[in-house]
Amino acid sequence: MTGPIQPVPERAQRYWNPYVAGFGLGLCLLLSFVALGVGLGASGAGARVAAGAAHVLAPEAVETNAYLAPWFEGGSPLSNYLVFMSLGTLLGGFGSALIARRFDLRVERGPRIGSGGRLAFALAGGLLAGFASRMAGGCTSGQALTGSALFLGGSWAFLMAVFAGGFLVAPWVKKEWQA
Amino acid sequence: MNLYAQGLLESPLGWSVALIVGLAFGFWLERAGFGSSRKLAAVFYFKDFAVVQVMFTALATAAVGLVLLDGLGWFDASRVYRMETLLAPQVLGGLIFGAGFAMGGWCPGTALVGAASGKLDAWAFLGASMAGSLGYAALYPSLASLQEVGACGIVTLPELLGWTPATVALLVVAVALAAFWAIARFGPRGSPMEATEVGGPR
Repeated sequence: MTGPIQPVPERAQRYWNPYVAGFGLGLCLLLSFVALGVGLGASGAGARVAAGAAHVLAPEAVETNAYLAPWFEGGSPLSNYLVFMSLGTLLGGFGSALIARRFDLRVERGPRIGSGGRLAFALAGGLLAGFASRMAGGCTSGQALTGSALFLGGSWAFLMAVFAGGFLVAPWVKKEWQA
Repeated sequence: MNLYAQGLLESPLGWSVALIVGLAFGFWLERAGFGSSRKLAAVFYFKDFAVVQVMFTALATAAVGLVLLDGLGWFDASRVYRMETLLAPQVLGGLIFGAGFAMGGWCPGTALVGAASGKLDAWAFLGASMAGSLGYAALYPSLASLQEVGACGIVTLPELLGWTPATVALLVVAVALAAFWAIARFGPRGSPMEATEVGGPR
C-alpha cells in the first residue's frame, strides 16, 4: 500500500500537510467572506470568458440567449469579480508551483493510458463539469466549499452529489488513473 | 461592512480585492497538491484522501471563523451573499459534475492551478469546460424549467435542524474530525508513491 501522492519532478518540494493546507484555504475563504461578502468561485470566470469569445463570433446569438444576455447588461461579461478572482487563482497557483519547483510541462496521466487518451478524457470531463457548473449555479468552489461553509442546504446536497457522481463513474475510468 | 453589502463588489476596489483573494486561493490549492489531477482523482479510488481532508478542514475553519466573528460582534455574517437552494439542478448538476471530475481529473478551480503548473490536461479541461458552459446556455430554453423543481429559497442547516449556527458549526467540526480519524485509521499508509508511478511515463 502506498501513501498520499507527492509531486513528480525529483527536484520538487513535497506538498504540504493536507490539514495545514485546508486551514490556510479556510482562512482564505473567511477573508473572502469578510472583505468581499461573497465566497470563492472558479467556474464563473471561464463561463464569462467563453461568453465573451462567443460574442465576438456570433454577437446576436449571444445577446438574444436568455442565459447569457444578462452578463452583457453591464457592458463586458469580463467586468465581474469572478474573472479577477480566477486571474488571481491562476497567478497564485503559478507562483506557488514555481517556488516549490513543481512547474512541470506535461500531460498528467496514469501508467496505463497514453497522452491522447488522457487528453480525450480531460476534454470529456471538462465538457460535463462546465455544463453542470452552470446548471447547479457553481462548482466545487462556489457551491460545495463556499455554500457548505455557509450551511446552505442546496450546497450540501451538491457536495454529496459530486462525490456520488465521482464514485459512480470512477470504476469505469479506472484505466485512466490506476495501475 | 463587506464590499458586496456596500454595492462595491463590481468596482475597481472589489476587483482588486477579488484578485488578492484569488492569489491566496491559488496558492493554497497548489500547496495542497491540487495542481495534480492524479492526486485529485485518487480520492475516488481510496488512494489519497487529500480532497476530503483539505475540503472539510477548509469549510470547518471558515464556518467556525464566521460564527466566531459574528458572535464577537466583529463582523455581521448575515450580510454575506447566500445562494438559494434549487434542489433538482443542484443534485443533478452535482452528479454530472462529479462524473466530469472523475473523468477529467479536475474541477474548475483546481484546473486553473493545474494549468498554472504546466499540466496540459488542465488546459484541455478548462477549454472544454468553457464549451460546456456555452452548451448549457444553448440548451437553456429547454433546461430553464428545471430550476423551478425543488426551488426552496435560501435554506440553511440551522433553520432546518432548529439549531443555532454555533451548534451546527460544532456538528460540522465533529463530523470532519470523525472522517479524519477514519482516514488515519483505515486510509492509505506508507511511503509516498514513487515519482514515476505517480505521473506515468512522459
